[in-house]
Amino acid sequence: MRIPPGEYFLQGNDACVEGAIASGVRFFAGYPITPSTEIAEGLAQRLKGKDGVFLQMEDEIACISAVIGASWGGAKAMTATSGPGFSLMQEAIGYAAMSETPVVLVNVMRGGPSTGQPTKASQGDVMQTKWGSHGDYQVIAFAPASVQEMFDLTVECFNYSEKYRVPAFLLSDAEVGHMRGLLRVPEKLKIIDRKEMGIRRTDEAYDVPDDLVKPFPVFGKGHKAIITGMTHTETGMIEPEDSKVHSDLVRRLSEKVLRNRKDINQWEMISEGSKTMIISYGSSALGPKEVATTDPNVGLLRLKSIWPLPEEPIAQAAKGAQRILVCEMNLGQLYFSIKRVAQDAGCKQVELLSKLGGEPPTPSEVRHKIRSMGAI
Amino acid sequence: MDIFEFYRKDRWPHVFCPGCGNGTVMNCFFRAFNEAGLSLDNTVFVGGIGCSSRVPLYINSDALHTTHGRAIAFATGLKLAKPGLKVVVFTGDGDLGAIGGNHFINGCRRNVDMTVICINNNIYGMTGGQASITTPHDFLSTTTPYGNKEYPFDLAEIAVAAGANYVARWTTRQVHELTKSMKSALQKKGFTLVEVVSQCPTNFGRRNKMADPSQMLEWFKANTVRRDKARIAELDHVDLNLAGQITVGEFVDRNRECFEELIGVEKHG
Repeated sequence: MRIPPGEYFLQGNDACVEGAIASGVRFFAGYPITPSTEIAEGLAQRLKGKDGVFLQMEDEIACISAVIGASWGGAKAMTATSGPGFSLMQEAIGYAAMSETPVVLVNVMRGGPSTGQPTKASQGDVMQTKWGSHGDYQVIAFAPASVQEMFDLTVECFNYSEKYRVPAFLLSDAEVGHMRGLLRVPEKLKIIDRKEMGIRRTDEAYDVPDDLVKPFPVFGKGHKAIITGMTHTETGMIEPEDSKVHSDLVRRLSEKVLRNRKDINQWEMISEGSKTMIISYGSSALGPKEVATTDPNVGLLRLKSIWPLPEEPIAQAAKGAQRILVCEMNLGQLYFSIKRVAQDAGCKQVELLSKLGGEPPTPSEVRHKIRSMGAI
Repeated sequence: MDIFEFYRKDRWPHVFCPGCGNGTVMNCFFRAFNEAGLSLDNTVFVGGIGCSSRVPLYINSDALHTTHGRAIAFATGLKLAKPGLKVVVFTGDGDLGAIGGNHFINGCRRNVDMTVICINNNIYGMTGGQASITTPHDFLSTTTPYGNKEYPFDLAEIAVAAGANYVARWTTRQVHELTKSMKSALQKKGFTLVEVVSQCPTNFGRRNKMADPSQMLEWFKANTVRRDKARIAELDHVDLNLAGQITVGEFVDRNRECFEELIGVEKHG
């Protein structure tokens, strides 16, 4: 049962739990890992009996596999993990993309590579989220920067994964996950459910509509669906050696996300048109936000969704800007993608403030950096 | 129901080699499924990767063809999300016991209601004949050209120890016993495993002086020992397997409460 509307003081990870419940999650499989464990603990408490299934699996590979299986049983399903577990999940993420399974993965990022900094924040998995599994595919990813967004963007993850039949990611980090803050739960929430295949025609699942998202055949309804990670035709026939079939399939899987970029992308813009613009996301946008709200000469584009890349607002921010600073808690992952779009839009100077070690960039570090870039 | 009704005929020709044991296993399975009075419309067949895991794609029902080794994990999620479904996993020795070993033992332990049919051909057939975790000691394969120096896993004994509700092993030569065990497994609640030692003349037999499928069936005949008889003779059946012999029979038949009953999802499926 979803949390009643009202105001709450919660931890970020707990807000994610409430967002998932409000979205109608009916299946969660997890494995303990810092700093995401509270999400599993919260859902273990909430999903019982009629409300849904909580499972603690033997490893993260089993978690994501069980979640995909549950999705084919018709349940909204999710898992939560951090870096090392996320690495283990990559193969099945590719499977979810190839088999067009709606699933939600929460990655509360911590410092890597390897075991790294289990209790500290990072944004080191941004590129892994997009490119982690082998082959070409597209995913949807959101980056929350507050307790409120841990709730709101979890709901969006479910909505967009259901709508486009793709794995959707909540790319949080230890800072946001463990942050305590205000959560306002609204009266009404917009919830999207997957376009389930009807029983009008037995081959309806093989239609390819304009938005490139095929109707979803839930198992056990007589559809005789074949779901596979191998290259398959529109009728589910395995054709691993036909180059056209493969090319058409992989292009459609990518295209269905890219074509709907406008619908998916979300952002916050402060002081648009400033000569100095900062582009950031997640907890590394908190320092820049303080700078942008106190300094009238500095603007901020905070990306709430990072994949597919919100090219439109980046170009918009870059249009009148003389300089752009990208703030990230990694050695520059989204930076190069942003730089490409910003330079195409006419902004020559695009620099990176890269912060490693577990803490987001502070307002004074941001001010120092923009001063060194020639602003102020 | 006619056995041929079980096949998706539009998927033919199939990928299995001449002389492969998969056809025998499918034939026995369909008879058992039929006798158990189950409905294809309410059953999902899950497979991993490998020759045996292709079986679900040829059955006229919903099929989930998953990643290598993870079929049981996928099946666990599916079954718990929709407990009204019958879930059957087709897997092989590599898929179940090597890459999927962790999911296998934990699947037995968790005891979610599903039937796992493991077609154990003692080799990686689809990739061309590499040694697997059940290749007998000193047998040849492309990756053990001087003989396999490792000792094989005993999948059925592992399942017994890990807590499965029903475990049986037969070879493709004992079709009647196999069919009967498959029926028992399908009717039993909880995690059930039927391991079928099957012939791969193309990639296992050919390198071990049994290129003719009938030679492999003769080998099964000469080397199978009934588990109950092995016990009477005070022989350790695990030792028998290590010596290249195959213990067959019903290994366990018990009624541990299954997971979905324990967590209470049974009722709202």
